[in-house]
Parts: sequence; structure tokens; C-alpha cells
Amino acid sequence: MEVFGVPLNLLLGQMMLGLINGSFYAMLSLGLCIIFGMLDVVNFAHGTMYMMGAFFTWMLGHYLGIGYWPSLIIAPLAVALIAIIIEITVVRKLYALHHVYGLLLTFGLALVIVGIFRAFYSVSGRAYSIPEILRGATDLKFMYIPTYRLWVLFASVVVCFGTWFVVERTRLGATLRAAIERPDLVSTFGINVPRMITLTFSFGAGLAALGGVLAAPIFPVSPLMGDSIMLIVFAVVVIGGLGSLLGSIFGGFALGLLEGLTKAYYPEAAHISIFIVMMIVLLLSRSDVIAK
Amino acid sequence: MTSTNSRRTTLYVYVGLIVLGIIAPFFVYPMVLMKIYVFAMFGMAFNLLFGYAGLLSFGHVVFFGTAAYATGHSVKVWGLSPELGILYGVLLGTILAAVVGVFAIRRAGIYFAMITFSLVEVGHFIAMKLPLTGGENGLTQVPRGVLFGVFDLTAALVMYFFVFAVFVLAFLMIVRIVGSPFGLALRSMKENESRAISLGYSPPRLKFQAFVLSGFLAALAGSMKVMVYEFASLSDVHWMTNGQVILMTLLGGVGTFLGPLFGTVVVVFIEDYMSFLGQSVTIVTGAIFIVCIIGFRRGLVGEMPSIYAKLRNRFVPRDKTMSTATARPFATAWHSQRGCSSRKHGRSMK
Repeated sequence: MEVFGVPLNLLLGQMMLGLINGSFYAMLSLGLCIIFGMLDVVNFAHGTMYMMGAFFTWMLGHYLGIGYWPSLIIAPLAVALIAIIIEITVVRKLYALHHVYGLLLTFGLALVIVGIFRAFYSVSGRAYSIPEILRGATDLKFMYIPTYRLWVLFASVVVCFGTWFVVERTRLGATLRAAIERPDLVSTFGINVPRMITLTFSFGAGLAALGGVLAAPIFPVSPLMGDSIMLIVFAVVVIGGLGSLLGSIFGGFALGLLEGLTKAYYPEAAHISIFIVMMIVLLLSRSDVIAK
Repeated sequence: MTSTNSRRTTLYVYVGLIVLGIIAPFFVYPMVLMKIYVFAMFGMAFNLLFGYAGLLSFGHVVFFGTAAYATGHSVKVWGLSPELGILYGVLLGTILAAVVGVFAIRRAGIYFAMITFSLVEVGHFIAMKLPLTGGENGLTQVPRGVLFGVFDLTAALVMYFFVFAVFVLAFLMIVRIVGSPFGLALRSMKENESRAISLGYSPPRLKFQAFVLSGFLAALAGSMKVMVYEFASLSDVHWMTNGQVILMTLLGGVGTFLGPLFGTVVVVFIEDYMSFLGQSVTIVTGAIFIVCIIGFRRGLVGEMPSIYAKLRNRFVPRDKTMSTATARPFATAWHSQRGCSSRKHGRSMK
């Protein structure tokens, strides 16, 4: 069976792979969104957090012999800890400044972090093996898919919607949203808003790192792996907007799917399809009149 | 300090710098100086947009690179003379800037930066795939040729003075643009967009014009780059190059005329000095970024008046000094304050 000249199996396969790429986009843009909401900072170093998550996983396995499952917790926690230090030492100084300085400062941070990893590990990619029970392929009736990729998709959906649920449907989330709107008022209730900001930053970073751990067995682990995904995540965020969590989750998955579809029909353009969609969305949407 | 007095000081500084530029190639390796001029020109293009219109572009490297490839290709393959090749490259880069501008200015602030950043990826990808760019190998062995049929650019000094002349012209162009009613309108829009609208200005149009002008200058820098280096490569359309130019401008002083030049001088020398670090030199550049933003957002040139005032305070009796606030002919007020969407009451998630 064929759809517009492409075998159905191939089409479904590419869509599935696209959806799995999309799960990384969704996790990263969700973290970016949460950080922006709370800190008013577009975290350029977000891709580096993802890279560090993957790298720590590889390092834990390579130097200490710690497996995938413990790494799934240890690596994001380590990155979250680094993020706390970064927030307290540098990012905190930005809050009184214009947005663009946040972007520029985190850009500098990304350069430093990537530079350090490059100095020790150069840019070549490293392989990380898939954990024992997730090897092999699963039969989905219409196609065979590597079990590990299915796990990535599942984990990402759970984490994304779990985060959404916490922010939108729990008391903690309500406090968080209140602190975004009126930090002054919320602090009069005895809530430590600066600490909340720090923890939000580290949570967003940990989310990116978790994405990195999930990515380690699929993509080559390299200091540059964060840069390439960051470009795409920015496009996702421009399309979905930084204001809505669901927008970034669905935007991430949808654009991954689109990338997969393009790969099936016109592989050369797959890489830039997301950017083309971004331009179309920009043309069709109402333009900002007042600078935000 | 009266305004005529400060104007005279500025004039002395410019004349001094031009004299310095004329004698410099006899003391410093001309290639280093030409590198400085090319990237300072690129920095001035970026600065026109960021410093005076408040638009942070990560995408100017696309116009820079397009012009570099176009000029290089037309000179090498079509055998155009240098002046025609540069004209062709700049024209193509400017047209591209106009096309990109239509998309980019539809979003403001942080979104603008992200859009331009994403567009670099598209440009980089196209440059990698197009056969005429030579892909990973780049476009090499671009002949410098004979300018206007008179000046043989293969001679290092002739090339130097050509680049220097173009740089001075570009600098004067920036001074002219910023001082013009258009420049004032741009700055008013940056300071308070709502009020600019209420005065009858159209921000989208102003932004678009500034974007194209700035793209034109970036393209000019790109065309000069290929003439100087005699090659164009994928790094000419890589976001890292753009990041470097942002750093140069930031370090020198955003929104100052001389900032990009000073910043470029410092960064070029740092890079030469730190070349043993190889690609990890980004550790140093990134650290400078962070220090600049936390420590001195007005940059070297921007901070100079207040340093000067501090020194005066030390040596001149207190009652005769002026306050630091009046002693900032170059700096703008924007850097120390938040934009209109500060953490005010009722701010919603954007």
C-alpha cells in the first residue's frame, strides 16, 4: 500500500521516528517555557543541560560502571544541582535587566560549558549501549519499532503531562503560577519566592538533562549535541509560544511528526522543514506591535 | 563639559584614529588590521540594529556569508572585477536581508532573537548543500584582482588602504544614520515604543528599514572578508561567528560609535593570544560574555566617560566636577534599566 507514492510502512516508520524526536523537542521546550515563565530568562544554555545529561550518563557508565537506570535519576539531579549553582552565582544578577541580557548571558554560559566539554572530550560522538531489557524490537502490527524508542516516547509523554499536571492542577503549581503573576504578593504569604525561582530553574534544567539521558543510547553523545537541538527548540517555541505549557508540549510532538513526514517525502528538506513552518506561522499570525 | 567641547573631543578622537589607521600597517601585520576592520564593520552593522533599534539579531551572519560567497563566486568563476563583485555580493546580501526582515520583524524582543537564530540554521544548511559554495571545503582561491582597473589588490598595502577606506565610509554612514531624524526615531522607538506610535511613527516600518540597512552593512563586511582572506567557508554562515560579533560589540560598548571597533581589537588579540586553546577558546569568549553582562553592560567605550569622571573626581576639587550622568556622550540610558515589560503588577506569562 502506498500513500502519495510512499510505501505506507516507510511513512508510518518515519512518522514514528519523528514523534520520538518530537518527544525530545517537547521536553526541552517545556523546560524552556517554565524557566521563562518564572525567571523571564530565555535560557540559551538549555541545550547544554541536555548535553550534560547525556554526557553524565555516559561518564557514569564509563568511569563508575553505573548503569542506565540509576543514571536516569543521578544525571538529572547532578545537572539540577549545577543549575542551582549557576542560578545563584550568575543568572540571579539578571532579574533587574532587559530580556535580551538574559539571552546573551546564558549564551555565554553555553559557550563556557560546551568549551569545557570540548577541551576534555573533543567533538567526536560516543556510543552508549541500550539497557538490556529495552533491546530488540516490538511488533506494533503495522510496523516493527526498536523497543527503546518506544520507551523514550512513553517516558516523555508521562514526564511532560506529569509536569503539566503539577503546574496546572496542584496546590504547588497554583503557588508557582501566583508567584509568576505577583511575586511581591506571594512573598507576603511567607513563601520564599527567590528560592522558588532557583528551584524552578533547576527543575527546568533537570528536565532537559532527563531528555539527555533518554537520548544517550540513541544519538551520539557529543559536546555539540545540545547546539543542534537548541536551534529546533527555539523554532518550536516561536511557533508554540513561551506562554503555554500545553503549547510547547504539543508543538514539540507535532513538529517532530512533521519532520518525520518530510523525511518520508523529501529527505533533503527534513532538516529545515520546522524552520519553514516557523516562517509560515510568522507570516500568518498577527505581528507584535509592542516589544515584549 | 559643554556640548561643543565634547563634540570637539569626539572630533579629535576620530582624527587621531584615522591617523593611527594610516600609520598602523607599517607597524602591525596588515592582515590582522584588515581582520579587525572587517569584523568591526560587521559589529557596527549588528550595533546599528541592537544598540539603536533594540533588536538583537543572531542572524546577520547569513547576510555576511551570502555576500562573501556571492562576491567570491562572481570574482572567481565569472571573472568580475573586485568592485563589481563586491557590488553584486552586497546587493544579494541586502536583498536577502529585506526578505528575512519581512519575517523577523513580525516578532519583537526575545522572539526576534530566536527567529533570527533559527534562520541561521536554514542559511547554514543551504550553504552546505549548494554546489557553488564548495560545501565543507569552502570557496577557496578567490583572486583579489585589480580595483577600478588601477589598484592592484594583491599588494598587501593597497588592499589594506582599500579596506580601511571602506571601513571609514561605513563608519561615517553609521554616524550619519544615527544622527539623522530616522536614527532619532529609531531610538525613540527603542526607549518607548507606545509613545513613538502615538507620535505617528510606524515601528514595523522603522524596524524593517533598520534591519535592511544593517543587513547591507553586514553584507559589505562579508564581501570585504572574502577579498581580504581570499576564501569563504561555512564558518561565515555559522551562528558562532555571529556570537563572536555580538561579543565584540558588547565588550566595546553597545550603542556607541566606537564600541564595535574597540571590542573587535580586544577580541582579535585575545583570540590570537589564546590560540593554543583551539576550539575551546569559547571558554574564554563565554566568560567575557558573562563578565560583560554582569559587570559592565555599557562596554569599554560606554564606561569610559564614567571612568574619566571618576579620575577627575580624584584629581579635581569636588565642587568643580560634573556628575557622571552628564558625562556620557556615547552611552544610552537603556542598559541599566528594564524594558517596558518589567516585573510589574499583573504581568502575565508571555
